[in-house]
Amino acid sequence: MNILRKIFSETGKFVEKGKPLSWAYPLWEAADTIFFSTNKQTSNGPHIRDNMDIKRTMFFVVIALIPCYVFGAYNIGYLNSLALGIEKGIIANTIFGLYYVLPILIITFIAGAICEITFAIVRKHEVNEGFLVSCALIPLTMPPDVPLWQVFVGTSFGIIIGKEIFGGVGTNIFNPALTSRAFMYFAFPTKISGDKVWTVGPDGYSGATALAVPANPAEYDTASNLYANVSQFDYSNLNLFWGLIPGSIGETNKLLILLGAFFLIYCGIASWRIMVSCVIGLVFTAVLFNLLSMFTVEGILASGGTPNAMLTLTPLQHILLGSFLFGTVFMATEPVTSSHTNTGRWIYGFLIGVLTVIIRSINPAYPEGVFLAILIMNMFAPLIDYYVVQSNIKMRLSRNA
Amino acid sequence: MELFNSESKKIISDPINVNNPISLQVLGICSALAVTIRLDQAIIMTLAVIFVLCSSNVILSIIRNYIPNRVRIVIMLSVIASLVSVVDELLKAYLYDMSKQLSVFVGLIITNCIIMGRAEAFALKNGPSKAFLDGIGNGFGYGLIIIIVSFFRELFGAGTITLPDGGAGYVLWRIPESWYAAGYENIGLLVLSPGAFIILGLVIWVQREMAGVEEDA
Repeated sequence: MNILRKIFSETGKFVEKGKPLSWAYPLWEAADTIFFSTNKQTSNGPHIRDNMDIKRTMFFVVIALIPCYVFGAYNIGYLNSLALGIEKGIIANTIFGLYYVLPILIITFIAGAICEITFAIVRKHEVNEGFLVSCALIPLTMPPDVPLWQVFVGTSFGIIIGKEIFGGVGTNIFNPALTSRAFMYFAFPTKISGDKVWTVGPDGYSGATALAVPANPAEYDTASNLYANVSQFDYSNLNLFWGLIPGSIGETNKLLILLGAFFLIYCGIASWRIMVSCVIGLVFTAVLFNLLSMFTVEGILASGGTPNAMLTLTPLQHILLGSFLFGTVFMATEPVTSSHTNTGRWIYGFLIGVLTVIIRSINPAYPEGVFLAILIMNMFAPLIDYYVVQSNIKMRLSRNA
Repeated sequence: MELFNSESKKIISDPINVNNPISLQVLGICSALAVTIRLDQAIIMTLAVIFVLCSSNVILSIIRNYIPNRVRIVIMLSVIASLVSVVDELLKAYLYDMSKQLSVFVGLIITNCIIMGRAEAFALKNGPSKAFLDGIGNGFGYGLIIIIVSFFRELFGAGTITLPDGGAGYVLWRIPESWYAAGYENIGLLVLSPGAFIILGLVIWVQREMAGVEEDA
């Protein structure tokens, strides 16, 4: 360790203020704090009750994501074997999938690091670890067959437009990972819109995703046999839970997402209020739509004469379908862009759930609505907080008046 | 010659750089978003705006001493609207395809805040020659931004660069098929209005950075 310390102390002299290499200070600082814990302390308020710093928070989120990565890789391999009709072991499937996951991950980190370090050097601040979590989240929201250059463009967009132009980590309005997902969704709709499955399989192997089936039902009868004529994939509730279905890399297995959620709540990193209220909002709206669909026999909310099958999806199906749980657990709870007051968190989460079902069900153009719902509510989170605080002030004033 | 002293140079160069009507005053955004899908549309629109802006500035500057203050908006509007009608008819006569593509946005030059704003802020207070230079400067300032925006929008959104000609536009360069075969894809977002906002925002960022303008928070 002494040698390492010596190296950093020696090289540190070259990047001090006034030296010709001082532009590289952010880089030196970043490397230094990776090897040694920082000796900087918070000097002015607000003071925190735990020694949890931004690094630990970020690190725990990354730990919670690792199972999703592993399962994502396995799932790619499994679906490929399924499509080819061959049997492979778990290890072989996982290794096959890693060939697709790792390049996406590496490209994401390269793009994120280039953006972050460039801005750190130009703006003369220290490299913030915040981009590591954004970069760890982005590959999980990507389809496995996404072209790598698109990942690069999307990540750069998310980090720059979603975060850096607002002033960097802690001052951003929108979740950077979701910004980049939304950008790719609208920029490259042929690859990532979510109506056709993303699997790594033989040419011409394709089908509708679980969320696109009810949007364009072939033979619509009732909700129970909505998925009955999908022969390629097993879209039963149980299989949706275990996640052996095509989808973005990290969002298919609901068990691992729930485990990650418990881990984050237990460590005090993510807000359970947001997660619970998201689910409440989703269930509320889904039940409302179920009732609505019963009364609209001729289909007020239908398109082209057939009733809107999306309205008949049960709340449980809504929870298991698509990336609702992934978004709720890892995206909606991001501490910077979500609401900061507890009452605000309930409202914020509830509206995410409501908007998710509305976008999924009423708008046939977008099969998935979670990321849009979260981005919209990111925008309103400061407003919610403002009114929560104001109403609290008013309440206390009137109590003491 | 008045044209070359430093004051008239400033009248021309200021609106192009440090006081750009789009990127610093944030005027005329609606047309900047609407006509920037293709480069040739932006170029024709720029020419139309320069013509209307210079003519209206000069005409209003000549008659500025005879305009009663209370009805000046009506008079300004009628002058601008007549000039826009002239441009519209000219486009229909000689560039029919382009006029169809620009459709309502030529007529909407009337409501372009830049033209009204320059008439109100400059032409009514200065002589015709200065007002003319001001029209040139602001017209080019407007054109510079929308041409840059439309260049990027067309190149990355549709994969072509189109220059105006008599008909539907002359395609100067298009992204070769081999690029698409190699996995390149157009960014569909840029063709939509949000894409215009993003590009315009980035252009404004770069332009303000270059002009060294700091806005008070």
